[in-house]
Amino acid sequence: MAKMVTVTIDGKNIEAEEGKNLMQVARQNGIFIPSLCYYEHIEPPLGTCRVCTCKINGKFGPACTEKISEGLTVEVNSPELLDTRKAVVEMMFAEGNHICPACEKSGMCDLQHMGYELGVSSTRFQHLFKDRVIDFNPTRMVMEHNRCIKCLRCVVDVKTSEGKKVFNYQNRGNETFVGIDYEQEAKLTEAEAVNAMKICPTGAIILRGVSMAEPFGERKFDRESVQHNYNVKKKPVSRPALMSKKIVATVSLAGCFGCHMSLLDVDEELLDLVELVSFDKSPLTDFKNFTNRCHIGLIEGGVCNSENVETLRKFREHCDILVSLGECSIWGGLPTMRNSIPLSECLEEAYLNSATSEPGANIIPYHEDLPKILDRVYACNEIVKIDYYIPGCPPDANHIWKAVKNILWGEEYSILYSEFKYD
Amino acid sequence: MEEPRQTLLLNQLWELQSANGFINDADIKRLASGFNLSDVEVEGVVSFYHFFHRKPTGKYSIYLNNSIVADLKGFHRIKETFERETGATFGSVDRTGTFGLFLTPCIGLSDQEPSALINFYPFTNLNAIKVKDIVTQLKKGVAPETICDIPADNIRYTPPGNKSVFFKPFEAGSAIERAGKLGPEKVLEELKKAELAGRGGAYYPTWKKWDAARLQPAVPKYVVCNADEGEPGTFKDRVLINTQARSLVEGMMICGYTVGAEQGIIYLRGEYRWLQHKLDEAIREYREVGLLGRECAGLKGFRFDIRVQIGAGSYVCGEETALLESLEGKRGEPRTKWFFPVEKGYLQQPTVINNVETFCAAARIIETGTDAYMQLGIPGSPGIKLLSVSGDCKLPGIYEIEWGMTVAELLELCGAEDPYYIQVSGPSGECISIREKYRRISMLDLLARKDIRCGGSFMIFSKQRDLVKVLLNFSEFFKSESCGICTPCRAGNFIIQRKLERLSLGLANEKDLQELKSWGTIMKNTSRCGLGKTATNSLIYAMDKFHDYFTGKLDKEFNGLNQRFDMEGAVKDYEKYKI
Repeated sequence: MAKMVTVTIDGKNIEAEEGKNLMQVARQNGIFIPSLCYYEHIEPPLGTCRVCTCKINGKFGPACTEKISEGLTVEVNSPELLDTRKAVVEMMFAEGNHICPACEKSGMCDLQHMGYELGVSSTRFQHLFKDRVIDFNPTRMVMEHNRCIKCLRCVVDVKTSEGKKVFNYQNRGNETFVGIDYEQEAKLTEAEAVNAMKICPTGAIILRGVSMAEPFGERKFDRESVQHNYNVKKKPVSRPALMSKKIVATVSLAGCFGCHMSLLDVDEELLDLVELVSFDKSPLTDFKNFTNRCHIGLIEGGVCNSENVETLRKFREHCDILVSLGECSIWGGLPTMRNSIPLSECLEEAYLNSATSEPGANIIPYHEDLPKILDRVYACNEIVKIDYYIPGCPPDANHIWKAVKNILWGEEYSILYSEFKYD
Repeated sequence: MEEPRQTLLLNQLWELQSANGFINDADIKRLASGFNLSDVEVEGVVSFYHFFHRKPTGKYSIYLNNSIVADLKGFHRIKETFERETGATFGSVDRTGTFGLFLTPCIGLSDQEPSALINFYPFTNLNAIKVKDIVTQLKKGVAPETICDIPADNIRYTPPGNKSVFFKPFEAGSAIERAGKLGPEKVLEELKKAELAGRGGAYYPTWKKWDAARLQPAVPKYVVCNADEGEPGTFKDRVLINTQARSLVEGMMICGYTVGAEQGIIYLRGEYRWLQHKLDEAIREYREVGLLGRECAGLKGFRFDIRVQIGAGSYVCGEETALLESLEGKRGEPRTKWFFPVEKGYLQQPTVINNVETFCAAARIIETGTDAYMQLGIPGSPGIKLLSVSGDCKLPGIYEIEWGMTVAELLELCGAEDPYYIQVSGPSGECISIREKYRRISMLDLLARKDIRCGGSFMIFSKQRDLVKVLLNFSEFFKSESCGICTPCRAGNFIIQRKLERLSLGLANEKDLQELKSWGTIMKNTSRCGLGKTATNSLIYAMDKFHDYFTGKLDKEFNGLNQRFDMEGAVKDYEKYKI
């Protein structure tokens, strides 16, 4: 029997077995420490994602690579640490090309889940849009390098019966990716291949024909926060303000109007809404120009052409508060799929070489009256200052309504886990 | 215990790389089945090290150094000249397959920049005429080894009164003989008294490390010398290996004797392949006179031997646990701190890893005893330190200083030209302003930030230099040298670089500066190893110490609501379609 010792986590004394992993001990004691690479049966622990960074005996360090020892003092939920961990998760979103609405793993993705748990509504870092390939060569698997967070789980855990690795890191620095060995992949049993897909914390390893077995909306992380199982739960703070009628403007830039549709899904609360707000420039009123100064502007869609830039600047000029509504507005979203491809290739594909273009087509539209296409799709906050972000594709109607109410009148802010979505 | 075969992987890859100029698919398959690995694992190792290539690199592979010091000394002109003369562009091979041009970070010749390695032979103090001449000769078929330079040692200063510790003649066997008389405990005591601490820059007390390894029950134990001196601007180990290989070998022997190890390994960076013969000669000499081998140095029951392992181009392998991984023939990814090397190091056995300078210093302290050594330096920080000085000064080279010398004195000695800021301990170290020139260089007072504890490099920049350009060079370096295993270092360095580019283009605002600082701190707090933890050090220091300079770089028109957006640049691609 191992020796029992006392450790202190966030001021609480806990008895634990000496030499045990801190992560396990915290979880057993109802303390939530977010993590992505940690996988209980892998030893030594991987320590790659750094999402579990805590303060251990006063020093920053990951909880997953710390052994329990007498007198260990751990700080988990200080404001600084909450922000630091959130930053690391945001870095992953900024580094990869994570487009949740187009991902097979959505709802079962650990990264997406951590985003929800930590309340990542936008990334503070500019997205890097690095061009990555999707590897369709393996017989059963698809390697989606855009989504890989390089957690090392598959590299260490997935091996053939001969003990050979199927996955391994390639290159280094910002060029690092996880390579797959086609020959060894073919040797895995079906169960082992499914396991490989399952242990991947994102949708980087996809198994053909199996990935959609569970329906969206009923998946592991779709409904409820795991933090319900823990004692400590973090709630954002709200601030009070006066109730008075407010003026709202909305616009859809490089978006699909999906966010506007979602806005209408507020259903009967729309009746409350018209009592409280009036709409100025908006597709809902069809006002082409601003007639009043507005309290709040809701921006859907990113910025893909020169007209978008101008419209957005006008919104900034006429609105006190600007809110990015939906993924496209926050960081570019689906339209950024073109960001790693040169503009000329995109235009030529669309107007000249596609299956549906006129035979003999040789013109790419250009006229001084047409908006000019930008070299890539920009996030709104690269053009103007954005005050708030409401994530989702589209954001849940209740989420929009609550956030807007909170911003305008400072009501109690309580977005349910199930309303906070990226897809 | 026999060393497992995968440890040979790096050597076999080197053989293929040297013989064919690249490693082809068939080689990968053959090596994988030979070592019982999957192909993807061997490819992972090959792609990790930048001296290994999967495409032909030409008859002559030319690696030009792109460190910041090279940049000051005319790197761009040399780069252009190489491209013009060889007909190849950097990153590729010319049409005839004769010349392959590649860029590489610091090759340890900062005192004689610009410099390059051609087939791993050094060519220093390059200028356009010299480059032209070299290429002409190579085209004629002259072997690079016959026309390469022999880099000067440039030992510019040793303590006056013939008190040099490192550079006086060394008699083979003198130190190990005395160690044998003292016995392991006394050896540790002397090192403790001399306050010898890890000279790679971490300054962990050497005696503590050795003692911890000595007390480990597991055998065999290993002694590893970290000669992977990759920190840009550092070249002291190059000079020590070139002039003092014997004291290095003997330092390792003393360590082996003290901790009870039988095998020593010197991990020499690939950039220093031209120095390997110095180590080989010293080891051969020691074996011949019976100082290495069984019953070595006449000490009963003590057997010790040393081999040299060549790295293949990777800065992060200077991190001790990454170095161990590399020694085992794997990708050089730092381990977690789950175990320390003295517990489970090379092949999961107790291992002592020290830097070249540390072993040399240990040999010298044991050779002469602590009395003479203790008279040098200042109380609390006795002895001497080697500094590699480069940049804007008249006398770049090696300075063997006593601890306690001030920055001002050092600048005077090396003939610094209008110094403005000084990068201490390389890009991962600290940058100091000329206003701080009265700070001492010592091992003391690290926290109070009174004294400067220096890893060994001193890069001097004059007022004419653009600080943001310097920091961008560092950032580019860290971005490509990160091992890629942990998020904050892999993604963070990339993100920081993008931000610095904005700053250098004059697009940044006050908020960008605050973000740079805050993100740098996040990387520091969350990264897995020293690389990520220190990558933003200089940036954070610089922003504090040169606040006015950074504010001057900001976009003045920014009104708080609109970001600066380069519309013309953004629609440039589309304007092509204007009819």
